[in-house]
This record gives sequence, C-alpha cells and structure tokens, in this order.
Amino acid sequence: MLIRDRLWNLFRPERHERFFALRDVSFSVGPGESLAVVGQNGAGKSTLLNLATQLCLPSEGTVRINGSVAALLELGAGFHGDLTGTENVKINAALLGLTRREVNQRLDSIVEFADIGDFIDEPLRTYSSGMRMRLAFSVAVNVDPDILIIDEVLGVGDQEFVGKCFEKIMEFRHAGKAILCVSHGLESLSILCDRAIWLDHGRVKRSGPIRQVLQAYSEASIAPAPTTAY
Amino acid sequence: MPLRITNSTGEQPQAKRAWHGDLLFLLESLIMKDFRIRYRNMSLGLLWSLLNPLIMMGVLTFVFTKVFPNPNKQFPAFVLCGIVPFNFFTIGWGTGTSSIVDNASLVKRIPMPREIVPIAAVLSNCIHLVIQIILLLVCTLLFGGTLNIHWLWLPLLWLLEIIFVCGLALITASINVYIRDTRYVVESINTVMFWLVPIFYGFEVIPRSLVEFYQFNPVAALVLCLRNVLLQGTAPPVPTVMKLGFVAFSTLALGAFIFRKGKDAFYEHI
Repeated sequence: MLIRDRLWNLFRPERHERFFALRDVSFSVGPGESLAVVGQNGAGKSTLLNLATQLCLPSEGTVRINGSVAALLELGAGFHGDLTGTENVKINAALLGLTRREVNQRLDSIVEFADIGDFIDEPLRTYSSGMRMRLAFSVAVNVDPDILIIDEVLGVGDQEFVGKCFEKIMEFRHAGKAILCVSHGLESLSILCDRAIWLDHGRVKRSGPIRQVLQAYSEASIAPAPTTAY
Repeated sequence: MPLRITNSTGEQPQAKRAWHGDLLFLLESLIMKDFRIRYRNMSLGLLWSLLNPLIMMGVLTFVFTKVFPNPNKQFPAFVLCGIVPFNFFTIGWGTGTSSIVDNASLVKRIPMPREIVPIAAVLSNCIHLVIQIILLLVCTLLFGGTLNIHWLWLPLLWLLEIIFVCGLALITASINVYIRDTRYVVESINTVMFWLVPIFYGFEVIPRSLVEFYQFNPVAALVLCLRNVLLQGTAPPVPTVMKLGFVAFSTLALGAFIFRKGKDAFYEHI
C-alpha cells in the first residue's frame, strides 16, 4: 500500500458494519433491589456493567444514575504491586471518590474487614489473589456506595470471607442501596439477588424473578446443573 | 431509582458522569503513587534528580569551554538555566503522553475524571523539578549570580511552564490512545528541541529575524527569562513573559478541548 493511502486511511472512519454489544436492553434497579445479570460469554454482561459505571457511554439510549457507584469490576483496579496494602487502599479509596478525612476515618474498618493480618504493610505483589480480592472488596464496601456493582469477583475468596461478603451485601440491601451482580455462580446469585435478567447476544432473553430466570437459563445452558462460583 | 438503563433502538445517547469525589485529594494520591513507585526500588532514589543535570552540566561545560573556547565565566550556571527547564519539559511531556495508555487498567475500570491521569503524570515530575531548581539556584550563587528582587518572578515563570506542559500532555495523551506512534513523535520532537532551545548557546547568537519566533517557544522563553533573572540580575522582558503566558494558557485550553473530544471513546481503544 502506498504511504499516501495509509495516511489517508488514518483519517477515514472504517466502514465495516457496526456491532452492538447490547440492543434494546432496558431496566431499572430501585433502592434495596438487587439485580442479577446472567448470560454466556460475550452476551454483553460486562458492557452492561461498564455502562452502569459510566466507563463507556451508550451509543444509543440513556443511563441514569442517582448516587455514587462502587464497582468491583476487576480485582483491585488501580492496585500497584510495589505499594503496600495500606497505600493501595488509600489510593483506591481516593479513586472511588472518598475525601481525605473519610479515608482516614474508614481505614481501620477497611483493614479490619479485609482481615489479612500483617500483610497489610507488605507490598501487594506478595499477596495471593484471594488476599487482593479481600482488600479490593473491603475498600469497595467501605466506600459506602449507593450502587454496588459486582462482577464475578467473589470466586477467589475462601468460604468464610465469602460468607462475610454476603452478609455485607445483604446489609447493603436492607440499607436501601441498589446492587447489580454478574456471576456464573448461579447459586450465589440466587442467594444475593431477587431479580435477574438473562442476556443473549446483546438482547434480553428473559427477565423477572430470580428463580424463574435462573432455572430457564440453566436448562438452556449446556452445563446441566448450576455450579457454585466459577 | 438509583440506576436506570434504557436502550430502545434509535434513542439519542445520554449519560451524566457520576463521580463524586475529592479531586485535589485524588490528584495528590496519584502524584504520590507515581513518585513512590518510581523510587521504592532504587538505591540512589532522589539523588538521580541531582545527578542527571549535574552530569549534563559537566559535559556541556567541558565541550563548550574546553573544546570550543568560550570566555563566559558563568558557563556552568548558564547551561544549567537551559538544562533544568528542558529536562522538565521532556520528561513531563513524555510521561504525560503515555500516561493514559500506561494506566489503562485505571482508565478502564474507574469512572473518575480522566483528565486527572495525564495531569498527575506531569505534576509527579514537579518533585524533581523542585530539587533541580534548588540545584540551579545554588549553582547560580556559586558562579557569581546574586540574590535579587527579580527572583520573585521565578514562581510565575515556572508555573507557566508547568501549565504549558500539562496542556501538551493532554493533547498528546489523548491522541496517543488512538495513534500509538504519538509517543515516538513526542520523543523525536524532544531530541530536536534539545538543539532548538538555547541550552548551550545564548539568545545573542540567534539571527535577529528568528528571535521573535524563538520567544514563542515557551521553553526557550523560560530559558531566556531565567538567564535574565539569575545571571544578569534584571527583570525578564514583559513581552516575553506575556508570550509565555499566552502560549501556556492557549495550549492548556486546546489540550482540555482535545481531551474532552477524545475521552469518550478511550474505553474502546485501550
């Protein structure tokens, strides 16, 4: 290809067909409600969560958010291996929108909830993935968001910690917060959520009470029985 | 309803950014993060900020006083007046340019105002800048400069350079997301700038017709002003400071504009 053509192409929008990760998906989550999102890989679950956290903007449609969002999209986004647990907690909390005073007030309860002992003062690269998850989760819940978004992160916690997280999430629901939950662990979804939507190739295949949707979903999936965690 | 998503086909896109937080605290946290990461695993740590300009000063002084004879007794201080602003410019602009791509995990995962990432990258270099400025001032005093009232100009001059570099970083950081060659372009420009900023030569030797042109380069203008204040003990020429301010603020405005245009589609491109 001529260099001229290459340069020309740089400034010309590509003309392939547009792909929509989500089409005609509409829902709302009210205070105290908890919505599960299920679907196969590539069904548009993550895109949905990214829209809800406003990390990307919809090319069509609207997203309305009333309140602050804390998202557990990936284990410790923004965590850095060379910094200690405490340092990472502070930065992460600032990123999630806490003020300096709030960080100082809540630092103790974050550390206590994570419960990783002396590791809190060690660099994060020495942590196991479960410990990272503990830290990330305890920052997110202690930020006290109005909307909590959980993307398949409870998988690496041990039973005791997962139990603690469930308790905390339930506390959130009773406090009138909204929760959006993506997981392939259908059993935990059925404990945590009261409603579900099933996405299939970017469209809502089914939505409604959690039991019905999950049952329909697991019947349709190749895996016959619902599995815990992933 | 805390959360509502509607997506009927054809509806116009709408969304309000929902990040409530303490911008200054976040900025400070990010700057300190950069700074800590950079120095945690180094044995010499902050000494590097002193070593680099000192070595450059030594080499340039050797070449331009011993190899090419030069009557200027103040040459080390003279050349340092060029090196310090130039160093900050190249490092600040370079780290700022790649900042969005380097912090992809942050940008893709946390809905904070994204402008803060390149700005924090530039500002985290200010800690070296302060150390290097102190070195510059000490050197000035050693080589016959004297403390005078015009030193009060210095904070303003440096502030304008920082604003200029922040503006440039906003521009190139957003372009770098779409065209990854941008950082190499920036590196090349930095190499060229070493020769085009009067680091080891003075403004007197620049052809008259080009002086105007040079003064619109904020780095060159800063070098000129620094030499006026530190070595000649005179106030910097007001028109030059005005030009410096004009270019710095227009760059920042342009940077904010380009970044705003570009940032909505960052997610798909990094």
